[in-house]
Amino acid sequence: MKEQDISRLEQIFQEKIDNDIKIEPRDWMPDRYRQTLIRQISQHAHSEIVGMLPEGNWITRAPNLRRKAVLLAKVQDEAGHGLYLYSAAETLGADREQTIDDLHSGVAKYSSIFNYPTISWADMGAIGWLVDGAAIMNQVPLCRCSYGPYARAMVRVCKEESFHQRQGFEIMVNLMKGTPEQKAMAQDAFNRFWWPSLMMFGPSDADSKHTAQSVAWKIKRHTNDELRQMFVDATIPQAELIGLTIPDKDLKWNEERGHYDFGEINWDEFWQVVKGNGPCNKDRVDTRRKAKENGMWVREAANAYAEKRKVRKAS
Amino acid sequence: MTKKEWPLWEVFIRSKQGLSHKHVGSLRAADSEMAIENARDVYTRRSEGISIWVTESNNLFASNPSDADSLYEPSDSKVYRHPTFYDVPDGIEHM
Repeated sequence: MKEQDISRLEQIFQEKIDNDIKIEPRDWMPDRYRQTLIRQISQHAHSEIVGMLPEGNWITRAPNLRRKAVLLAKVQDEAGHGLYLYSAAETLGADREQTIDDLHSGVAKYSSIFNYPTISWADMGAIGWLVDGAAIMNQVPLCRCSYGPYARAMVRVCKEESFHQRQGFEIMVNLMKGTPEQKAMAQDAFNRFWWPSLMMFGPSDADSKHTAQSVAWKIKRHTNDELRQMFVDATIPQAELIGLTIPDKDLKWNEERGHYDFGEINWDEFWQVVKGNGPCNKDRVDTRRKAKENGMWVREAANAYAEKRKVRKAS
Repeated sequence: MTKKEWPLWEVFIRSKQGLSHKHVGSLRAADSEMAIENARDVYTRRSEGISIWVTESNNLFASNPSDADSLYEPSDSKVYRHPTFYDVPDGIEHM
């Protein structure tokens, strides 16, 4: 295609974006827009899938049948969310098998929060409340993302995820009404998950290389720091209400800004975990890889069975 | 056996009796039966549907978005296809 044709197409594309007209799979789009979305949507899908592991760890040890049923339903939702997202990525021409192999080879990233271990039952509370809470903060604006299939997947995800946050908060509320040991357990989970939850919003705006372009394309509607601030402002009163102490000595309400000021995030830790050196990175990816390898014979058998039935039907 | 990916299926769901099936997304499955079973788990965990259609994605044919102008413009110019185009004298209440 001639250069002037491409710039004309790019202009039409940007006009659609500026007028809030969604981009659909077969519409012309710049390669960089396509690549950015494939990267973001597949990372998002991987996060849902890997995100099943820390919670799956507690399904067999949930304290009662109600909690167990709830946790099972939540983990099943995460699987569903991963699948909506993989199929959204496929509408852009991403190959599903390759996408998954990229996760297993370490080429593709997923949310760093899932590289932290879940060592007590209270972690199920902290994850539902904080991690799903932060994810919702990120995902609600994505419902208005310029790419149709991604936006539609996000509408479903957000609708389903509101129960995830509530069930987590309920666990924390109950623990905070319990014995001193239960309260200590909730506080400990909060201490461990608070900062990693703030890191979920990604690097600060000054260090975020993708933000400006993604905002111009209306893939992103808010910057990382804006979303992080929204999360802090929403969460602090909830923590205070149930008697949790926020593990941040610099946290203070700023009357002038109308927001909470909070301490500096440990960015060294953030980058270490992103680069694969978090407490569970290796374990998570190994588990996923094994799941794929061990399931190979099932997928092959299903193919063989489908083939056999096709032949039988034809004869 | 050679490595073969399960084909991609498009999923359509009727949310309730009286409404038509609507596209909800896609999934991978070895055959149509498995596609319907998977669609039930992936797309109807909260009573979103009472009937599922699936079709292999490569059996679906679509119009080209760049033809949209020539395909749909003529219907915009034929305003006489809409009842508001016509004058109805005063005194007539329902028509």
